[in-house]
Amino acid sequence: MAIAQSADSDEVGAGSELFRQRIRSAWLFLAPMLIVLAMVAGWPLLRSIYFSFTNASLTNIDAAEWVGFENYFSMTTLKSGRVIYDGLLVDPLWWRSVWNTVRFTIISVTLETIFGMVVALVLNAEFRGRGLVRAAILVPWAIPTIVSAKMWAWMLNDQFGIINDILLNLGLISQKIAWTANPDTAMIAVLIVDIWKTTPFMALLILAGLQMIPGDIYEAAKIDGVHPIKVFLKVTLPLVRPALMVAVIFRMLDALRIFDLIYVLTANNAQTKTMSVFARENLFDFDKFAYGSAASTLLFLILTLITIVYIIVGKVNFEGGR
Amino acid sequence: MRTALLGFASAMIIASAANAANLSIVSGDTGNGLAVLREKLDIFEKQSGNKVTIVPMPSSTTDQFGQYKLWLAAGNSDIDVYQTDVIWAPQLADQLVDLTEATKDVIGQHFPSIVESQTVNGKLVAMPLFTDAPALYYRKDLLEKYGKTPPKTWAELAATAKEIQDKEREAGSKDIWGFVWQGNAYEGLTCNALEWVKSNGGGQIVEADGEISINNPKAAEALEMAKSWVNTISPPGVLAYQEEEARGVWQTGNAVFMRNWPYAYSLGNGADSAVKGKFDVAPLPAGSAEGAASAATLGGWNLAVSKYSKNQKEAIDLVKFLASKEMQKKQAIEASNLPTIIELYDDADIAKEVPIIPRWKEVFLNAVPRPSAPTKVKYNEVSSNFWTAVHNTLSGNGSAAENLELLEAQLTKLKGSSW
Repeated sequence: MAIAQSADSDEVGAGSELFRQRIRSAWLFLAPMLIVLAMVAGWPLLRSIYFSFTNASLTNIDAAEWVGFENYFSMTTLKSGRVIYDGLLVDPLWWRSVWNTVRFTIISVTLETIFGMVVALVLNAEFRGRGLVRAAILVPWAIPTIVSAKMWAWMLNDQFGIINDILLNLGLISQKIAWTANPDTAMIAVLIVDIWKTTPFMALLILAGLQMIPGDIYEAAKIDGVHPIKVFLKVTLPLVRPALMVAVIFRMLDALRIFDLIYVLTANNAQTKTMSVFARENLFDFDKFAYGSAASTLLFLILTLITIVYIIVGKVNFEGGR
Repeated sequence: MRTALLGFASAMIIASAANAANLSIVSGDTGNGLAVLREKLDIFEKQSGNKVTIVPMPSSTTDQFGQYKLWLAAGNSDIDVYQTDVIWAPQLADQLVDLTEATKDVIGQHFPSIVESQTVNGKLVAMPLFTDAPALYYRKDLLEKYGKTPPKTWAELAATAKEIQDKEREAGSKDIWGFVWQGNAYEGLTCNALEWVKSNGGGQIVEADGEISINNPKAAEALEMAKSWVNTISPPGVLAYQEEEARGVWQTGNAVFMRNWPYAYSLGNGADSAVKGKFDVAPLPAGSAEGAASAATLGGWNLAVSKYSKNQKEAIDLVKFLASKEMQKKQAIEASNLPTIIELYDDADIAKEVPIIPRWKEVFLNAVPRPSAPTKVKYNEVSSNFWTAVHNTLSGNGSAAENLELLEAQLTKLKGSSW
């Protein structure tokens, strides 16, 4: 009886002392995480943004001077009257990296979503040994990126690689292909490895969504004799959509800041250089710490912008099942 | 007085034994470099009582530099000794210990040009460990079989390579290629391309006085020539090769010619090598334009002590030990690295074991430096712009003339009012 009463007062007592107490303890529990997050994510982020407005170099970070927006955009008028534009916003190499990243993201996330959906639907069906298959399919995702990238680099090697060997033996190609060297195939190679690696992740998230759908809906559809494709489009897809949207945004954020896979497979190749690779190169290799920080800041802004647009346009529901 | 001195001396010995230091050396080497380093360190550990740990790195100099730069900027004291590329001295000078005083007893044995390349504003940044100048590796057996001589020009090389490759393939060696080199987009491509350009009379990208000279017809001609090799005498994958990938193809017997550094010599004669005893080396070919002459990019590695090391004294001892005559000799014999000590080029043991070394003295003395001295801290970006232009040309992304024109504009902008 007492238990029921307290549950009742929870439901209605938005202004009560108990409710305020619960809010307070919620914050108390969250505090350690928020502090850690501020230290490991917030502080470096703010410092990067700060450095992007200075002329910092790696050898002399403490002596950085404020230069305003110069790293992003600057205009100098020469004596002859000619105007010279400078900075990240007019840097063709930067825009090329942005394009590479966006192209990679769109293609990889689209394909991963489709394949992930197919895998999830298969895994959602009842069959013997399903548990084992579910575990096995997670393996590519469990291998650290750097390891799988190196592994694939060897498999894609033009002279010794197993991929070329298989394709040659099957008669699909007549000559060994230099997957990671050729500008036409470098991006394809990166995409293949990324899709192999992250499809399991998509499948897992979609599968979780599929399992939330009550089975009686399908039974009802079956009794009514609805075509399976129509069931998929009218029942499964709308119901799995919230989970799908969250999965897509996770993958998209990951894809937009991709670094390790590309760095191992195609290193400094201009055809596959992404925003993160560009930023790293300027930060450390070129001793242009401020310029690299500006690139990181823009990368952060682009990520935020895309996420916000996606949430609004896709009407993503982060509130849970209500 | 004497007893006092003796007492002092023995106290010193006890103190040094009691304070045995734990040192770390970071090195990204090719081939058996790390194994040879470990052997030398074992000797050092016995002699000095100090422990030394190797921190291995990727062999790409471009990859190493970013990591070292980051460690040094963070004031990392974990690493005491860095193995540094010949081009890094001006970029790392501020964070390395000045070795001038500590090495004045031995520095005179080394080639003055190398010592000079490691001296920034009067400060000896790093101690020479070995020097490098690439060679043209060729298959003696195959050249003899088809009655050819080692090529003197690139055109000759291409013709010989093509002929042998085609005939060998007809004879059943399906996987054989004419010529392998380093075409990946990294520092190694800068070295390769500098050789093509310089050997064709096209200058050295940025001249010693800081003038940007790369946009010229002879340089463009050299790059177009290299482009014509890809997929004819060189595998298409050469555009993703670094030193070790090229050596892989070569050492399994699948290449007629290879451009690589001397380190590949001992390895190619190793027990597990398919080309053991079947190859020799020659200087790289020359171009065909007027004023063309063979050119080899000057490479080489040095040892530097981090300013943030907590055991600087012991670290300097280690550097001097590794750069000593005995150790350079060991390294020459076991890893076929070119010594920086002049005397060792006349050493009978080295001449017997690694005949490439005495022959390489001339090549090395005429080697062409990369423009790291005139471009100072901007060198990495210069090199990156250059290798990108070259890689684009080789992979068919614009013509050599177009890419070099763009490169000149980029370098001019990068230079600003001065390097």
